[in-house]
Amino acid sequence: MAGSHSTTATASSASAPQSTAVEVELKVKRYNPETDKKPHWQTFHVMVEPTDRVLDALHEAKWKFDGTLTFRRSCAHGVCGSDAMVINGANTLACQPLIKDVGTSITVEPIRGLPVIKDLVVDMEPFFAQYRAVLPYLINTDDPGYKERYQSAEDRERFDDTTKCILCAACTTSCPVYWGNTNYVGPAAIVNAHRFIFDSRDQASEQRLDILNQRSGVWKCRTAFNCSEACPRGIKVTQAIEEVKRAILYDRV
Amino acid sequence: MNVHHHSYDAVIVGAGGAGLRAAIETAGKCRTAVITKLYPTRSHTGAAQGGMCAALANVEEDSWEWHLFDTVKGGDFLVDQPAAEIMCREAIDAVIELEHFGLPFNRTPEGKIDQRRFGGHTRNHGEAPVMRACYSADRTGHMILQTLFQQCVARDVNFFNEFQVLDIAFVEEAGQKRVAGVVAYELSTGDLHVFNTKAVLFATGGFGKMFKVSSNAHTLTGDGPGLLYRRGIPLQDMEFFQFHPTGIYKLGILLSEAARGEGGILRNSDGERFMERYAPTVKDLAPRDMVARAIQTEILEGRGIGPNKDAVHLDLTHLPPDFIDAKLPDITDFVRTYQGIEPKSDPIPIQPTAHYAMGGIPTNVDGEVVIDADWTVFPGLYAAGECACVSVHGANRLGTNSLLDIVVFGKRGGRAMAQFVADASMPELPKGVEDDLRSRIERLKAGTGRESVAAVRSELQEDMQDNCLVFRNAEGLAKVHKTIDELKVRYNEVSIQDKGEIFNYDLTEALELGYLIDLAEAMVISAEARPESRGGHFRTDYPDRDDVNWMKHTLVNRGDDGSVNLSYKDVIGGAYEPIERKY
Repeated sequence: MAGSHSTTATASSASAPQSTAVEVELKVKRYNPETDKKPHWQTFHVMVEPTDRVLDALHEAKWKFDGTLTFRRSCAHGVCGSDAMVINGANTLACQPLIKDVGTSITVEPIRGLPVIKDLVVDMEPFFAQYRAVLPYLINTDDPGYKERYQSAEDRERFDDTTKCILCAACTTSCPVYWGNTNYVGPAAIVNAHRFIFDSRDQASEQRLDILNQRSGVWKCRTAFNCSEACPRGIKVTQAIEEVKRAILYDRV
Repeated sequence: MNVHHHSYDAVIVGAGGAGLRAAIETAGKCRTAVITKLYPTRSHTGAAQGGMCAALANVEEDSWEWHLFDTVKGGDFLVDQPAAEIMCREAIDAVIELEHFGLPFNRTPEGKIDQRRFGGHTRNHGEAPVMRACYSADRTGHMILQTLFQQCVARDVNFFNEFQVLDIAFVEEAGQKRVAGVVAYELSTGDLHVFNTKAVLFATGGFGKMFKVSSNAHTLTGDGPGLLYRRGIPLQDMEFFQFHPTGIYKLGILLSEAARGEGGILRNSDGERFMERYAPTVKDLAPRDMVARAIQTEILEGRGIGPNKDAVHLDLTHLPPDFIDAKLPDITDFVRTYQGIEPKSDPIPIQPTAHYAMGGIPTNVDGEVVIDADWTVFPGLYAAGECACVSVHGANRLGTNSLLDIVVFGKRGGRAMAQFVADASMPELPKGVEDDLRSRIERLKAGTGRESVAAVRSELQEDMQDNCLVFRNAEGLAKVHKTIDELKVRYNEVSIQDKGEIFNYDLTEALELGYLIDLAEAMVISAEARPESRGGHFRTDYPDRDDVNWMKHTLVNRGDDGSVNLSYKDVIGGAYEPIERKY
């Protein structure tokens, strides 16, 4: 990026690499609000196994070279949604891609469209506010009694895909519309609305469709498909958005 | 360092399944703050896969008594039976309540909640595996976490996200200690927050990051039990730790027992279904401690697979591909992503992975923390979920019973806490309760020592992996004990590079390592002192269970001077007398 400068840290004899280890050039977009006026790139040279995750390379850089390198992570296998980042230009979780698949020259940037706080950490509050706006919980005012409500396997399958969302924000922050207009609720919020709109047990579909019919809602979507490509859970995000659009126009579910 | 002050009737620390379920219970009853060092949906409940057992009998005959028997036997008779009875009875309501909350369970053809087989869960006291686990594909924990979070959003629960609780304050009133507040570190600012409160419920999860190969998240460092232990609260049954049989080789990522519940088979280098020799009746669906030992035995006797012969195969290749996609989509994806193997056509290299702490903060069935063998309640202090020890899991937890535990005892703990605060006064919090944490932080930031957090932590993990795993003995435990003594000294020489205020994970990793070391010490000392084999604690030098002398819970206390003291507490029996554990 324009005006950025680059610093380099190189492996010394920190640890004897195993025979299969490879050297990775890890270029990270950094920003420390306490010391930096603007973001800059820093390159780390780290030794990792080809079967290691990009997250392992980030850990290697943090733990061996620079403890100030800052990123969120928790489960490290793609289910908690902490570590969405832009890796080699594409949104993904740092704990999913393996070194052997992304190559030994890797760039890592924070996800776009949410304010960067420090290095790869962005402010998630706007994202969760948009999630909350779509009433992301089952609404059913009937008394279900003592037993479980029945639901056919077909009705259960109808919304299965969108139950997989882990709220990592990879989809929302891959959306060009969202980058330009963060009032747009974004793909993740629509996915979570879809999960309830198409659940046969829910009674508030009309309310959610009204919310998504507003100017900040589904009509902002330009079907770029970035969201579907970015989803680390393989959710067909664009399809879910299309189904919500159709529900607003035709079905009202 | 700025200090902010808050006042709440109740505080919940941790926002996984237990914390969220407790929060649902206190919502509308008392002003509650839920404090989590992550965002709630990042909690490791979301990584649980296979299911949650309850004797709904939706698919075949079942009863909560059978579930209780399995839990007691699976726990190798260290289970407190009245507590386990509550869990198994209330399991049925808990599953139905989750369905009412919107949880998308898999369904039977008639539309009921579907159920599957799981390790150690049997019909009629061990006759054959039973379909008891209610599930949502192989992402049941994800669905529970999401559903409980959704219900918290609906109830407008007050979350303090990315606030890390690192100390607790007690006060003495009329000769009795009670909870008065907690001290939290705000990750986004580096500020300290003092929460004055009548009661605190800890739901911080496990501490499996003390092992090298672990299914646990990086953030599972035992902050809750760690900080309480330092303030004189005992920990119970710390030597009992579960090693899940099927972790992805080297990475430790969990591959659900549901893989075997749905028909998967463990095989050694000869292709033999070796569990037939260890558990002739239930075979691959024996309890986890037994399967993990069987795997280690195969490896030790030279029948492991791979270049180092240090793994075995989990074989799903005989299952129909569509069936795998429908029932086990996530774990088969993990295998493709991290091992580059197609599990529909090739067997999966696996090894046991550090998974679950049976021990933890001792509580009664209402989540109240009890601090001695007489069950003395510490007023205002609660715990639920993996960080707690009720004890419903005894010496070995059965698969699915952790999801059940968090929902049942999260609810009971939340309810009891709400009742307690209704009658309790707000304690007066003395000045300076944040001083100890502030000085810990300042010391780490000012440190000029030559030790790094990463180096000390990986030595701890490697030595625990080598000496405190599936098989233990006096020699190995003494070795890791000595390592821990050295690491405690070296920990004081740790310095960190990040001296900043904003999102300083360099600092929080250092603070977390302190808890991990303390808890590892508690585990090793408790293990050294128990000369028998029971559940997850297997001593090769004492391979038999000793019910005469050792059917009792360990309590480990840490003195102000850092000394560690052990005492013991009776197991509460019930309908089921100890029998030999055959499957």
